[in-house]
Amino acid sequence: MKSMIFSIILKKLKDALTDLLPIVLVIAFFQIVVIQQPLPQMGEVLFGALLVVVGLSLFIQGLEMSLFPIGEAMAQALARKGSLFWLLSFAFALGFSTTVAEPALIVVAAKAADIAGQGGLIDPSEESLKQYAFGLRMSVAFSVGLAILIGVIRILRGWPIHYMIIGGYGLVMAMTTIAPQEIIGIAYDAGGVTTSTITVPLVAALGVGLASTIRGRSPLVDGFGLIAFASLMPMIFVMGYGLFIFR
Amino acid sequence: MEFIKDFIEILLATCRDVLPIVILIAVFQLLVLRQKIPDLPRLIVGSICVVLGLALFLAGLEKALFPLGTIMATQLSDPAFIYGTDAVITHIDWKAYGWVYLYAAMIGFAAAIAEPSLIAVAYKANEVSAGTISTWGLRITVATGVAVGLSLGTYRIVSGTPLYLYILAGYLIVIVQTFFAPKSIIALAYDSGGVTTSTVTVPLVAALGLGLASTVPGRNPALDGFGLIAFACLFPIIAVMGYAQLMDWKTKRSRKNNGVT
Repeated sequence: MKSMIFSIILKKLKDALTDLLPIVLVIAFFQIVVIQQPLPQMGEVLFGALLVVVGLSLFIQGLEMSLFPIGEAMAQALARKGSLFWLLSFAFALGFSTTVAEPALIVVAAKAADIAGQGGLIDPSEESLKQYAFGLRMSVAFSVGLAILIGVIRILRGWPIHYMIIGGYGLVMAMTTIAPQEIIGIAYDAGGVTTSTITVPLVAALGVGLASTIRGRSPLVDGFGLIAFASLMPMIFVMGYGLFIFR
Repeated sequence: MEFIKDFIEILLATCRDVLPIVILIAVFQLLVLRQKIPDLPRLIVGSICVVLGLALFLAGLEKALFPLGTIMATQLSDPAFIYGTDAVITHIDWKAYGWVYLYAAMIGFAAAIAEPSLIAVAYKANEVSAGTISTWGLRITVATGVAVGLSLGTYRIVSGTPLYLYILAGYLIVIVQTFFAPKSIIALAYDSGGVTTSTVTVPLVAALGLGLASTVPGRNPALDGFGLIAFACLFPIIAVMGYAQLMDWKTKRSRKNNGVT
């Protein structure tokens, strides 16, 4: 028993080491061959790398024990309960609550407010900058909640994903042409920062769990796609927010 | 001592990230579903692993990788390194930035391979496709997409061409590909755009974008520093669909050659 646990731990560590090897190689190559300067604080860097390897293997282990099973179990229990209202509330709350306090989003929102203030698009006083950043955060969080909700309805109804995503892209393209220049870069990036490391496994498990519970849905064709909605919707909302504020 | 303080800070921040999920699941299990949470001890141990693991991972990244990434981004985009002189540069030669494009591609590839959310999605995709989609195959394809996207993204910052042109062209490619790609891969391909941009990739990429935008003459970091993440989101979609199309085409051709229809 003991030796089995030991060998599992060893395997996880080895996997994590393989995952991180490319980064180490890239940095070593550029430091030694291209930049040709000694690595600053070699000891600290090695210590940090050790933490990264241990952390990644712990995270992957925990993923299989907690986030994956609970996501699927919740999806199945809610589907079996048969209440559309509660299923959709769960979907919206999951998207909204995990995004609203996301540190990356807070940083991007504050930066966006600064740019808008400097560009003279909004009143550059601290109060109005804060208000702008808050509004931006809320609209992104709301849009992610809405995205997961729409994605869940899609799984239930079995709608083909490509019409919805292409429609969404079409909307993004159309809005790009009329949205203020300053907001476009931020809007595109907002799509990327909303899906955090903890949310992604949970949302993936939710989609796959739902699609495997409902008859006639394939987990591969219908179960994925929630993350795509969660990265598309914020772009539309941030540009919409930009249009609404600056007009 | 300094490090322990930093680590506790990161640990608390990770707990704060997990808190809404814990509350949400508890509320739904106890009030809506009114059932006991199945296999609670295992779940708790797993959650502790997730929080502790992610905190260690982030602390390690902040200690080792991110400072290096920032230093290297500044060194590589430094005009003194690129043009080999200390003179003030007035004319930008996009060809002089070769190392920057290569660095962007390689660090993008490496960061995507290490990205925990991509590992999670690849693991799930492998499980539900009953092994037809290999974990490493998907990860390498996505990472290649990120690599191409980022070197194009850095070229855009150097050349100063407008962001939306690239994004619109990218979307057009995605839309055209969607009509030809095998149906089973489409949802997964769209998803792989969103997963590449989290813990590892975003800080490394942001450092590169801001470093470049502040050293290339005529670029405004506030405006041009953004948008690299969008490239890292878009190109994996193209890569995953492209790879699936290639595989599809290969199978069809080998079937034809063998005389089986």
